[in-house]
Amino acid sequence: MNMPNRAASPNAPALTNGSGAAAILAAGIGCFALAVLACAGDKLAAVKNSLIFYKPTGPLSGVTTGAILIWLVSWVILEWRWRNRTVDAGRIAAIALALLGLSLLLTFPPVVDLF
Amino acid sequence: MEITARALWTLIHGLGFGALYLLACSGMLVELYRFAITSSSSESTPGQERFLKIYLLTMVVLAWAAVLTGAYVVYPWYRAAPPPGTTDLSMFPQRLLMSSPTTIAWHSLGMEWKEHVAWLAPISITMVAFVFIKYGRDLKNHRQLRAAVLSFAVASFVAAGIAGFCGAMIKLTSTRRFRGVTRFN
Repeated sequence: MNMPNRAASPNAPALTNGSGAAAILAAGIGCFALAVLACAGDKLAAVKNSLIFYKPTGPLSGVTTGAILIWLVSWVILEWRWRNRTVDAGRIAAIALALLGLSLLLTFPPVVDLF
Repeated sequence: MEITARALWTLIHGLGFGALYLLACSGMLVELYRFAITSSSSESTPGQERFLKIYLLTMVVLAWAAVLTGAYVVYPWYRAAPPPGTTDLSMFPQRLLMSSPTTIAWHSLGMEWKEHVAWLAPISITMVAFVFIKYGRDLKNHRQLRAAVLSFAVASFVAAGIAGFCGAMIKLTSTRRFRGVTRFN
């Protein structure tokens, strides 16, 4: 997915796209993680119980805390790897948007009930 | 005239943060589109760019405030279990909705959807704000990043819209159910 950095030219972007692509892919991963954790918590009693981080809020506390951690950790790793690189942004954006679309689907209860 | 702590927090969560975020979304989408798409002859000034950055940061704060107050202040009241033998369910909205076949779907579909989909909004808008603040005007030179940022901004709006609609309907339905109104006039 990585490509060599382009030489600077008057028409070239001032910044490489790696940092932006890292943020976009991490957001897609975070959204998808939230949907998967919510789905798993809904279907498996053991997972549901393990996701209760704060009793008054129930499993939602673990679903959201877990998803936020996955999002931030993936963002830090991707940023560290890509921040000064030019990457295949089209492919990365497509993956991130696919993850976002799946997240929207998997948070819809009738879709979760299919599993 | 009096207002309970629950009603006040519900107002702060729904109208203070949630509705304000939804209102801000329309302005954000128009400005982002205009900023990222317009030709160089009508380029935004540094002042306009700075304004949009502050606008996006405010939206990030609103989105996180909405989901955090929702999940950790309002939702525990919603899902609280009544003590055995309780007949007045007015302070237990989840049980109130689940007590009738005409309203149970507002919990099993409405709240189950809302409590998860809402969180896509702050994650998405945080990314949108980060990319815009980092790239600013240079975003015009990154077509794929621009398209992805606009798509996530739209998704953030949709997620917040679903959460807002479900939240408003759940509140309305549980209030009407408590008052014994079973049909909309």
